[in-house]
Amino acid sequence: MEKSLNWREFVVTRAIKASGYSAIVFVLLIFVFLMREGLPALSEVDAGNLFSLRWYPIEDLFGILPLITGSLIVTFGAALIAVPFGIGTAIYISEIAPRWMREILKPLVELLGGLPSVVLGFLGILIVSPNLRILLDLPTGLTAFTGSLLLGGIAVPTVVSVAEDALDSVPRAYREGAWALGATKWQTIWRVTLPAAKSGVLTAIMLGVGRAIGETMTVMMVTGNAPVLATSLGSLFSPVRTMTATIAAEMGEVANGSVHYHTLFLIGIILFLISLTVNVIASSVVFRAKKRAERILS
Amino acid sequence: MKRVLTFYFLFSFILISCGTPSTDSNSPAQYIENKGSDTIVNLALAWAERYQSERPDVRISVTGGGSGTGIAALINGTVDLANASRQIKEEEIAEAQSKGIEPLEHIIARDAIAVIVNPDNPVSQLTLQQIADIYSGVITNWSEVGGEDRPIVKLSRETNSGTHVYFLETVLRLGDSENKTLFSTDTLLLPSSEGIIAEVRQNPNAIGYDGLGYVPHDLKMIAIAEEAGGAYVLPAIETVNDKTYPIARDLYMYTNGEATGVTKAYLDWILSSEAQEIVAELGFVPVK
Repeated sequence: MEKSLNWREFVVTRAIKASGYSAIVFVLLIFVFLMREGLPALSEVDAGNLFSLRWYPIEDLFGILPLITGSLIVTFGAALIAVPFGIGTAIYISEIAPRWMREILKPLVELLGGLPSVVLGFLGILIVSPNLRILLDLPTGLTAFTGSLLLGGIAVPTVVSVAEDALDSVPRAYREGAWALGATKWQTIWRVTLPAAKSGVLTAIMLGVGRAIGETMTVMMVTGNAPVLATSLGSLFSPVRTMTATIAAEMGEVANGSVHYHTLFLIGIILFLISLTVNVIASSVVFRAKKRAERILS
Repeated sequence: MKRVLTFYFLFSFILISCGTPSTDSNSPAQYIENKGSDTIVNLALAWAERYQSERPDVRISVTGGGSGTGIAALINGTVDLANASRQIKEEEIAEAQSKGIEPLEHIIARDAIAVIVNPDNPVSQLTLQQIADIYSGVITNWSEVGGEDRPIVKLSRETNSGTHVYFLETVLRLGDSENKTLFSTDTLLLPSSEGIIAEVRQNPNAIGYDGLGYVPHDLKMIAIAEEAGGAYVLPAIETVNDKTYPIARDLYMYTNGEATGVTKAYLDWILSSEAQEIVAELGFVPVK
């Protein structure tokens, strides 16, 4: 009996350990693969071409700057929408809503998170973009902003569910202390609960941003895919082409091993580095916030 | 003498039995190799599928790769039918003849591109040059071509689409291979025909293009003149077939000399009304 238990223990712990390490192995393998396929582009395409403003692969013009700014501006717009809405919803669900409301709202928000992005893309093409064009008097409704609106919609559930968990785990004693000092409900939320849940809320924002920048199908359908360099916030209301949409639209037809193929992988590397940066910033912020909290509490 | 005659008959009998393939319908014995243009590959596949369901004794293998690939395979004698969206070049004919191959051209369908705008747009005709100027960003407002004072929103297929390349060569560069005009960067590149049609349907600023057969009836097609002062022609099966509509091309199949046997039967069937109906279904223009 004892022996078999030990044996089982051994297998289970090893299996868990292996699955833990597998994540590292997979990330490394993907990284090596990306590097192997993408780095040759740096020697095949000269820097002047790579940093030019024209992306037109069938004539060997590989300017990636418009694609990078395109992705950044769409993601920035999405964050502008997802952060206030997501955190607002999380605060409402966790702090204000009555219990029955909470039990309806939370599953609904999570359901929204499960919506396939291609469905959102259809919604964007047929409803959001035509109305946006009329409402804002734009030449076309297929703009970065349309993409941002829908990506905001995609990121909101992520932000809500992570931020709500963080707010929920703030000890009740914190709020009671604030109320006892005569703080209003709003003062309690803004000055006590939210700061106490800061690290979780920041993680929520970063996860939401990460979700938005990697999203492909919706942006490919609604942003117009015109590789124009986004130079100011005004570009939010004109068509852009994102890195993800470029890879998705062109990878299917490209000749394996060609310059175009390697350049698409180079874009993949850049995308990978951007999300890596976002994640590193997020975890360093969380780490610092935790340390500070430990200092205060001890 | 008699022996000679007997020999002669015996010999010719052997020859004939070698020449006629077995027509046992249970074992498919007749193969047609069909290769070439990616523009035609879907059409060729649809034809092959239908033909094989009617003639189970025939096997047709269809592959793409591009017009050049198909013609090269014909020259090397590895295919019976080469698909091409362009005419065979002089040097290709010369190369083929040096290998004892006589490429014979068959026009099997036509491909026309319609330029479409929103029905509320008052502009109904443009010259080829004007369309080129619109797409290359020289003309940016509809008022410059006789329309309302509205910005022009240019829609195109993605760069990997054959239609995109054909439009670039025929319209933007006006068929001149020295011309290096490009699409203006603010041209919207949409991944599907449906995307272009949806945007043109609801946006009066938009201009787009698509295969003639794909354009729905509620959109407005532009009549196009090849040169300023020329006649404006609307795209239609008749104007494409009598070559008055400028953005159209023939699609070809090439055989080595006059087709024979099962290949000839297949080619004849391709030009039948049944096969030409499939042409229309796939957005191309039937040859008759």
